[in-house]
Amino acid sequence: MIVEVEGLRKEFGNLVAVDGVSFSIGEGEVFGLLGPNGAGKTTTLHMLATLLKPSGGTARINGFDVLKQPAKVRKSIGMVFQEPSSDDLLTGYENLKLHALLYGVPANVRKKRIEEVLNLVGLWDRRGDLVKHYSGGMRRRLEIARGLLHSPKVLFLDEPTLGLDPQTREHIWEYVEKLVAEQKLSIIITTHYMDEADRLCDRIAIVDHGKIVVLDTPENLKRTLGGDIIKLEIESPNVKAVESLPYVKKVEAQGSTLYLTVTDARSHIQEVLSLVGKVGGVELHPPSLDDVFMHYTGREFKEEGEEGGFWERAMTASERR
Amino acid sequence: MSELSGLYALWERELKIYLRERSRIVSSAINPLLWLFVFGGGLGSEFSVGSVNYQTFIYPGIIAMTVIFSSIFYGAYVVWDKRLDFLKEVLVAPIARSTAFLGKVLGGVTDGVIQATIMLVLAPIFGIPAGLGFALVYVVLFVLVVGLVSIGLIIGSMMESPEGFGLLSSFVTFPLFFLSGALFPLSNLPPWLSIVTFGNPVTYGVDAIRGLMLGTYKFGLLVDLPVLVGFDLAVLAVGTISFRRMKL
Repeated sequence: MIVEVEGLRKEFGNLVAVDGVSFSIGEGEVFGLLGPNGAGKTTTLHMLATLLKPSGGTARINGFDVLKQPAKVRKSIGMVFQEPSSDDLLTGYENLKLHALLYGVPANVRKKRIEEVLNLVGLWDRRGDLVKHYSGGMRRRLEIARGLLHSPKVLFLDEPTLGLDPQTREHIWEYVEKLVAEQKLSIIITTHYMDEADRLCDRIAIVDHGKIVVLDTPENLKRTLGGDIIKLEIESPNVKAVESLPYVKKVEAQGSTLYLTVTDARSHIQEVLSLVGKVGGVELHPPSLDDVFMHYTGREFKEEGEEGGFWERAMTASERR
Repeated sequence: MSELSGLYALWERELKIYLRERSRIVSSAINPLLWLFVFGGGLGSEFSVGSVNYQTFIYPGIIAMTVIFSSIFYGAYVVWDKRLDFLKEVLVAPIARSTAFLGKVLGGVTDGVIQATIMLVLAPIFGIPAGLGFALVYVVLFVLVVGLVSIGLIIGSMMESPEGFGLLSSFVTFPLFFLSGALFPLSNLPPWLSIVTFGNPVTYGVDAIRGLMLGTYKFGLLVDLPVLVGFDLAVLAVGTISFRRMKL
């Protein structure tokens, strides 16, 4: 196991930000911490990166204890922060060189490594431009390249696509997938985007109020719901008629919308429709992580305002000096 | 090894940024010249200090002023690094916090020494002969700037906002400048105030620079330099601690 976390806790005064979190990550695995803003994901990540001292519990990365051997832990990890953290008055290349020197990358491989990682994220041609002339997505990619530069065992991606537009997000995902295929390293991703976790992660821990609610592969998580989701727009639903059907696992009414969890929904939808009454609209989808989140927390996954979003930060950053 | 290369990397970054922001260099040269002409020339036409005219007398003081203001203000860049989150990149790197602090100090010292150089190059124009003493002036300036930059960085490490930094740093900067003998001979001050000036490290810097340039010491180099070195050691120690305690 490349990452071993046991009973990790962090308290800020009276607030318990991380409440006894345990998990372990194997080599080459992509692990997701998924949860709403303020669930304690970033705090967990910062403790693993030795930027915050845990209030309790232990964590080992690459066999090194985060409390006892912080320098070795730092060498073992690559960190891509939620906020842009490159210097915008330096060029992309200079930012990477600075990083290489800070991490003691030997001089004889430095140039080669920088070229490799810049090519990996498709920024080699823009290496001589000041970072302030980069777009938000390019900056993100540069920071991913930077995180990889010193050949870490584990890469931490803290909300890698927060505040980016859909096209750029898609791009970043492709780069991460390429990384996984080519670099054979473990990755921890924190995200509050369900689709991101679903697409990138081998295993997902759903985090809520500082605790891991459930931890499994995306497929297993969805399978635990025991069926597909049928969403019906309906004025006066005949709930009783469908409730008693053997293949209907769960019925939930929200206003004029009825949510049914149904095993093998494709072959049963006709019968459901004939029993339930006059229907205004039908939607059938395999369970998404949204449904999983609702199932385990009893709450809908609300996207709160993205305070401190990537762009906002990038904007304030460019106004400095 | 990575501590050394890290130190070099941090210093190189500061230097590059400094050289890329020409406005910083230009403004740092214009302000002291204004002081010299307006204050030194305007007021100085009326009187002289001892045998030297006033403009010449305050020249070393204005050099000290340049480095006081630029060095302390340099601490604001820590606040910017925090806002920019660049600081996280440095703090998560496998280097000691003391290295992060020293890298910043070296960067600030380079800025300060470059600015002082501009002033020293201009000195002959104001009738101050350039001599062998100038090499020693550099030593004194270096020692003085190390301490001042550290003070700036300590303030920067404590503050969250540039506004807060501005407020606290001006609270420190003005007494350091006005109570240092940069603009007037300290012997004219009331006794209680001269005690305050003795406690101001910049006083010894000004005394040493003035002595080397104009030949008029109050304490002498043998007092000035040890005091400044002691001051450096103290603030470097405090600075390392404050960087260690700094929150993200």
